[in-house]
Amino acid sequence: MNHFSTDKTLWEEVIPGGTHWSGLIRRGTALRLTDMQGGANLSALFYNPEDKLERYNMPDTLKAQHTAFLTTGNVCYSDMGRVMCSIIQDTVGWHDTICGVTDAAMIEAQYGQANFQTHRNDMYRSGKDGLLVELAKYGLGKRDLVAGVNFFSKAQADEAGELSFVAGHSQAGSYVDVRFDMNVLLVLSAAPHPLDTGSEYKPAAVKLSAWHAGLAGPEDVCRNSCEQNGRGFVNTERYYL
Amino acid sequence: MSQAMNQMLTESTLAPETAVLDQVCNAGDPWMAEVKKGQTFRILDLEGNQAVDTLFYSAIDPEERYSAVDTIARQGRLYLTTGSVLYSSEGNPMLTITADTCGRHDTLGGACAAESNTVRYALEKRPMHSCRDSFMHALNTCGCATHRNMSKRDITANINFFMNVPVTAEGGLSFADGISAPGKYVEMRAEMDVVVLISNCPQLNNPCNAYNPTPVRLLVWNPV
Repeated sequence: MNHFSTDKTLWEEVIPGGTHWSGLIRRGTALRLTDMQGGANLSALFYNPEDKLERYNMPDTLKAQHTAFLTTGNVCYSDMGRVMCSIIQDTVGWHDTICGVTDAAMIEAQYGQANFQTHRNDMYRSGKDGLLVELAKYGLGKRDLVAGVNFFSKAQADEAGELSFVAGHSQAGSYVDVRFDMNVLLVLSAAPHPLDTGSEYKPAAVKLSAWHAGLAGPEDVCRNSCEQNGRGFVNTERYYL
Repeated sequence: MSQAMNQMLTESTLAPETAVLDQVCNAGDPWMAEVKKGQTFRILDLEGNQAVDTLFYSAIDPEERYSAVDTIARQGRLYLTTGSVLYSSEGNPMLTITADTCGRHDTLGGACAAESNTVRYALEKRPMHSCRDSFMHALNTCGCATHRNMSKRDITANINFFMNVPVTAEGGLSFADGISAPGKYVEMRAEMDVVVLISNCPQLNNPCNAYNPTPVRLLVWNPV
């Protein structure tokens, strides 16, 4: 597997804070996600473009790996027991996958109102609206809006299960490298995390840098992080035989 | 910890004799029913430590459904007990837990499936019965579901009543021994007309059912 270096970059794209993006990422391609200003939140959903009923499954991902968050060595499972993508490198250390996204009412309650009429493209956008806009481009909608990954964000639970948002968890320049082990329809929103405690709407931009990482080899950090992942990669590999 | 949890236990005053619905769902079976706004719905763990995988849908528009992440984020809390609101994907309260003699219910563990069993246990485990197979069967056969055109698209992260999945501050997650026991129950008031979809979990590979799946009893009361 090839790790990232700038000379390998196939393409780059910056997702301004608050906005949304989607695209087809081929098996073997990886994306470096970079937090441009610090404090970014990048909500991500993953679908199999050949069978869009196959999608990221938060509970299956957590229970297979006995974790409540994602970092290097973790993979994202589909509901069909396959590894859709995997975190091959990470300078952040914790990515949330249990808190979902903001909706328009939550954004207005926390940050006030800023619509296109008054603010043009500085309008306040919610995570849910951004994801739904992108999903609609592929014939998907609310029924397909499942629990996703919130890259760069951390919410920690105490013994009673009370969650607290960790402000400033991700620094400017922090990055996470995500390798795609299946062809994946990737749907993204860079709107604020629902537990973000800030009062000013200023979500950070995230840069995507694509490169050919290749497939997970026998010594891969994600394949070998637990025996469950070894079986998950077998399921993925059989799918493409 | 156990003392703190005991203080949270809340009993109900409703008597089974006055229930308008009183049914038993065997281990490994699905169950579906409508519960109207204002009615109270009880799930009773007859023999103890039985995970009850449960999803809720708006009876009017099943596109609006129980949302684990909305329920977690809107209350800032992972576990469910008395006072917890079960929020929909539209941010509306669907049900409120009004009594709970167990003390903690899981929002993160999801349902077992033939496919996830291959990952979690062994590739050879695929033929074993699973909650998702029960969900799929119910959606294709129960009258509650078939006229609503429900499908796998409608299956999302469910509640596991009576299941204990502790999360640590370090982010560890485990399937711990159950804290339920024979006769424990959880009761909730519907805040809208809902469709309930249950899989009485057949999992035999972990302690979520104490390696012995057992029946549960389901009761509904009209508003007093």
